[in-house]
Amino acid sequence: MAAFFKYMHEMALAKGILDIVHSYTKGKDVTKVTEITVLVGDMTGVVWDSLVFSFKNIAKNTIAEDALLVEKRLPLIIRCRNCNHQKEVTDYKFICEKCASSQIEIISGRELRVESMEVL
Amino acid sequence: MMDIQVMEDILHQNDVVAQENRKLFRENKILAINLLGSPGCGKTTLLENILSQLKDEYQIAVIEGDLFTDKDADRIKKHNILVKQINTHGGCHLDALMVKAALSEMEAKKLDLIIIENVGNLVCPAEFDVGEDFKITALSITEGDDKPLKYPIIFKESEVAILNKIDILPFTNFSVENATEDLLTLHPKLKIFNTVATKYDDEGVQDLIAFIKGKIKEKREI
Repeated sequence: MAAFFKYMHEMALAKGILDIVHSYTKGKDVTKVTEITVLVGDMTGVVWDSLVFSFKNIAKNTIAEDALLVEKRLPLIIRCRNCNHQKEVTDYKFICEKCASSQIEIISGRELRVESMEVL
Repeated sequence: MMDIQVMEDILHQNDVVAQENRKLFRENKILAINLLGSPGCGKTTLLENILSQLKDEYQIAVIEGDLFTDKDADRIKKHNILVKQINTHGGCHLDALMVKAALSEMEAKKLDLIIIENVGNLVCPAEFDVGEDFKITALSITEGDDKPLKYPIIFKESEVAILNKIDILPFTNFSVENATEDLLTLHPKLKIFNTVATKYDDEGVQDLIAFIKGKIKEKREI
């Protein structure tokens, strides 16, 4: 059966990054990808070293094989829909500390996103 | 040297396929549930219990995720339920494309309910949308009441949490009060059912079945 993603999920994420590299360099005059900046929210289940290891393996013999993966962490920030209070969450309490509302939205912290690439 | 601005989600490709699955569910008015939890927490037992009580009233299919075996699928088959096995061969989660492939072998038009039993794992499956209407995550008493905050993402992403094997509570130091409080600070709107999945007339199981029936009805009316 075909599957995009196999084995530990960092391998799946590495494959996702490589797919993005290919789709953004296709048809362009790019010989090498030197750096890839990845946004990683604080509330994501990613082991960074494992992702780097997976990417090293999967990117062999591609234009991204020597690319340096740069991790940019984004804090988990919530906003109260009731009183607009914003705060960074470190204890996973999704209840507003100001007005006790449970109408909470996550503004950042769930990202797993390629921000940019440096290419030659 | 040149900079390319990207800003694309790493799981974008998975999410696109998940949306295709979701569309198929919507068009055929099928309720799709992604059932999650640790190995041994009672996912399959709970599933067998629910299925045996819903199968006379609804057309149901099950997608079974498992690393290598058909053991769970065999258990479901005994209830005369349509079941598709996905073996991930070491993969720690189901992704949207695997579910799409399983769906392509089914006659969706006829179905009311699809339950996708994911690979037993509290980490990886949380990040992969497969197109479900909602996630149910089961936690069994012997796993410990500290687990909601140790695995916050999966409980945050779920609409329902199950505290299973509640009958063995007297033999453990598990605090239902602590677990419930942590679950609700993490996800204030979470529905929590305390169950004994091996018992058909268990109150928590009956409440869960009533909840699922309500959701099937909602989905039909959309």
